[in-house]
Amino acid sequence: MNGKTKKRTSLPQLTKQLMAIDDRLAGCMHCGLCQAVCPVYGVTLKEADVSRGKIVLLENLAYELLKDADGVGEKLDRCLLCGSCRSNCPSGVDTVEIFLHARRLITDYRGLGKIKKTVFRFILPHPGLMSFFVAFSGRFQRFFRRKANKSMGTFEFPILRPFAGKRHFQPLATKSFSAEYGKINTSAGKSGIKVAFFPGCVPDKLFVRIAQASMKAFEKNGVGVFMPGSLVCCGIPNLVSGDYVSFKRLVKTNLGLLKKAEFDYLVSPCATCVSSIKENWFRYRDDFTDDERRQIEEIHGKAMDITAFLIDVLNVEFKTSGSETCKRRVTYHDSCHLKKTLGIYAQPRNILKNLSGLEFVEMPEADRCCGSGGSFTLTQHKLANQIGQRKRNCVVSINPDIVAAACPACMLQLMDMLSQNGDSVEVKHVVELYADSLGR
Amino acid sequence: MNVNLVKEFMAIVGRELVFADEAERQAYSYDAAVLTPQVPALVVMPETHEQLGKTIKLAYENGLPITVRGAGSNLSGAVIPSSADTVVILTSRLNKIIEINEEDLYAVVEPGVITSVFAEAVSSRGLFYPPDPGSQTVSTLGGNVALNAGGLRGLKYGVTKDYLMGMEFFDYNGDLIKTGSRTVKCVTGYNLSGMMLGSEGTLGIFSQIILKLVPPPKASKALMAVYDDISDASETVAAIIAAHILPCTLEILDRKCLTYIEAHTRAGLPVEAAAILLIEVDGSHIQAVEEDACKVMELCKKCGSKDIRTAKDADEKNRLWEARRNALPALARARPTTVLEDATVPRSKVPAMVAAVNRIAQKYNLEIGTFGHAGDGNLHPTILCDRRNKEEFKRVEDAVDEIFDAALNLQGTLSGEHGIGMAKAKWMEKETNRATINFSKNLRLALDPKYLFNAGKKIL
Ligand SMILES: Cc1cc2nc3c(=O)[nH]c(=O)nc-3n(C[C@H](O)[C@H](O)[C@H](O)COP(=O)(O)OP(=O)(O)OC[C@H]3O[C@@H](n4cnc5c(N)ncnc54)[C@H](O)[C@@H]3O)c2cc1C
Ligand code: SF4
Ligand code: SF4
Repeated sequence: MNGKTKKRTSLPQLTKQLMAIDDRLAGCMHCGLCQAVCPVYGVTLKEADVSRGKIVLLENLAYELLKDADGVGEKLDRCLLCGSCRSNCPSGVDTVEIFLHARRLITDYRGLGKIKKTVFRFILPHPGLMSFFVAFSGRFQRFFRRKANKSMGTFEFPILRPFAGKRHFQPLATKSFSAEYGKINTSAGKSGIKVAFFPGCVPDKLFVRIAQASMKAFEKNGVGVFMPGSLVCCGIPNLVSGDYVSFKRLVKTNLGLLKKAEFDYLVSPCATCVSSIKENWFRYRDDFTDDERRQIEEIHGKAMDITAFLIDVLNVEFKTSGSETCKRRVTYHDSCHLKKTLGIYAQPRNILKNLSGLEFVEMPEADRCCGSGGSFTLTQHKLANQIGQRKRNCVVSINPDIVAAACPACMLQLMDMLSQNGDSVEVKHVVELYADSLGR
Repeated sequence: MNVNLVKEFMAIVGRELVFADEAERQAYSYDAAVLTPQVPALVVMPETHEQLGKTIKLAYENGLPITVRGAGSNLSGAVIPSSADTVVILTSRLNKIIEINEEDLYAVVEPGVITSVFAEAVSSRGLFYPPDPGSQTVSTLGGNVALNAGGLRGLKYGVTKDYLMGMEFFDYNGDLIKTGSRTVKCVTGYNLSGMMLGSEGTLGIFSQIILKLVPPPKASKALMAVYDDISDASETVAAIIAAHILPCTLEILDRKCLTYIEAHTRAGLPVEAAAILLIEVDGSHIQAVEEDACKVMELCKKCGSKDIRTAKDADEKNRLWEARRNALPALARARPTTVLEDATVPRSKVPAMVAAVNRIAQKYNLEIGTFGHAGDGNLHPTILCDRRNKEEFKRVEDAVDEIFDAALNLQGTLSGEHGIGMAKAKWMEKETNRATINFSKNLRLALDPKYLFNAGKKIL
């Protein structure tokens, strides 16, 4: 591969570092039950693609039974870090933690690719720059895009093909949410609750309507909102690519910004952000300053997905109009980060079942990973497509009008897959449907 | 491996489905058994029957050992290659359900179909395929047949053997052999399916399997009985069978096992108990099932259980079974390495076997929890250890040997369902005799003259 930076750790060093996590690797009893849930194994049927295989390869690297660290790195890249294997593992192996850590070690060994380096180290940490890109591509995208699926309003961007393949996107927003709203700091209304709003990159820059719907939900329920104008990425793309340096930098920037006001909860419509904040920031808290560590611990207790916030904290009521003649069929896709990492699956369903005008139908394999995993979708798009196709088939098998999800990353994937297949199923965030029910 | 030979395999199945690189091959050096791995020379993933036949022929002609692999979930080392020049053949892409016949109650499948995927497909057509090994969400039907897999429903519904009607398999020449049929009765030719059943990849490779289906039970009832003395539990089992009731499941969990499960789930299990029985009766009439459940309860009481819990609905039933479902997870989490044994004894010898296991645990200073299929006398003493600790693992190996001895002394068998593989091959003669081994060897050499099919397994 070209475009790699200089190697930083040597093979013997890498071996030693892996040996240090030998205890965690040894927890895997090689039963193979992870095959049942791994989305990647589900399409390739290759043992090296399932957790058991990857854990054995890491062990073999540690015990010097294998020298090909690059080969192992490639296998580790073929993983969505979706956590499906972890939540199904009889031995309770924290596979996600192992794979994240191993990626970090192997990235230190083989270096980060040039493109990732530019994005992670330069663009993501600078919200201004990121918004500039959005603004730029948003304004000029009509020159670059091709209409893909009329009924879904998606486009293909030939110029992005090297990164995203022939993926179908919704048109980019011309102005990001944060650019439009700037800083927000409203005081708690009738609910007496104040939240820090963490929109997440995708709702901020692509699906601005999700961020707007969240704001409406807060407003109508009398929730005060604090949003520092220039929050940056939660750091998950960096971490999953093993770029710990830039991950840490992003967390630090966000912590500095979130320090500026008091809040009861930190709420996001992005399941990936919530799980990253709750899990990953927390996991590495000891690498930060004492003050930052304390702040991370506090945020760990306060971070919440928006559907859980609506149901568990606000206890929102639903209007029952009862007598709609034609209800629209809605189904729900469980994001891995929401169900498997955070244990949230009842709350979004609860909302969908109670919204008037909707008829909730469960799809087969609702909690099977859709194949969207940040940079996975970019670097492994063939695999991501195959995994997504299975999800798409499950969605259309029950013939819904809408498929709802509570993670924008999954929504991107769902939209792409449905659009590629020429289906006309709307993809919506649960909070959008909720906000729609609130009237003007 | 010789590059030209690799190219020949690629010519059969395509470049993408031959794995030659080191990392990829290492992922086929192990299975679920705790044994020393062996990396194969090449891994081939045929997609069609024709490709499968040609792959076998090519490997055999070149004198390469062949190991056929399903999900690799077996616990006896049955798919660990015997030597570094082995070609591993994967069945995972031969995974089509060819036919489910609702009128004649059979199905035709390829060997790579996953057990639970098949069971669900059958169930969606209103029929029932009972064999349900604990690994059913990943295990393949080919693997099930080659190991004659059992499961929780063995007592009433039998094991894989009872559902095998026929098959097609490839011999070492890559020629297709057909045996059995879609009919309930069939005496055409030798019962070759019977021979291939439990053959552990040593006689040939299945490409198609015909399986029997049955109508599903319409009602079921579950209960849990707690015992202060494990012999009372065993007496209950005998009494139930003597009363001519055949529960579909009859599981036992010993005290050690309960303690681990309780520590893991905090579900309020009776950890003071010596053992519990989990019993489920089923049938086609709700009333008959209720009656059976009542009788079973009486028998539990009569045999000394003071605490009997029943499930009123599906939710409660689910909760009762929670303990059993958590047996492996709880045990597996306690220590890094989990050695799942499979000693099986006549039903009445279950208490003696559990006592022997506990004695062995004490002797070797090991943690062993035992659960299993009490109705079948099929116990799973589960040894918790750390394979990296050489001294401890030596004790584990000695304990395993002694567990086999104990089972054989009680007129039991080495393996109820996990198979012989590499793990127990050296014990075969002890359970049988030299003549049996020689006979089996002759059979094997007649069907595999170069001794290349899964060498080192089953018969040494
Ligand atoms: C957690 C756990 C629980 C388990 N519970 C049970 C249980 O309750 N009951 C039980 O019986 N077993 C159980 N097992 C053991 C194992 O899962 C079963 O034996 C299963 O049948 C193995 O299927 P497989 O597809 O993984 O086969 P593999 O392990 O891949 O192979 C098993 C054998 O089948 C041969 N084979 C595979 N395909 C073919 C073919 N097409 N032609 C010829 N030979 C072939 C292989 O060469 C090998 O000898 C359990 C295992 C685990 C890890
Ligand atoms: S399910 Fe867990 S213990 Fe079993 S092989 Fe996968 S990671 Fe290992
Ligand atoms: S995290 Fe997801 S993709 Fe990765 S090995 Fe586990 S199940 Fe497979």
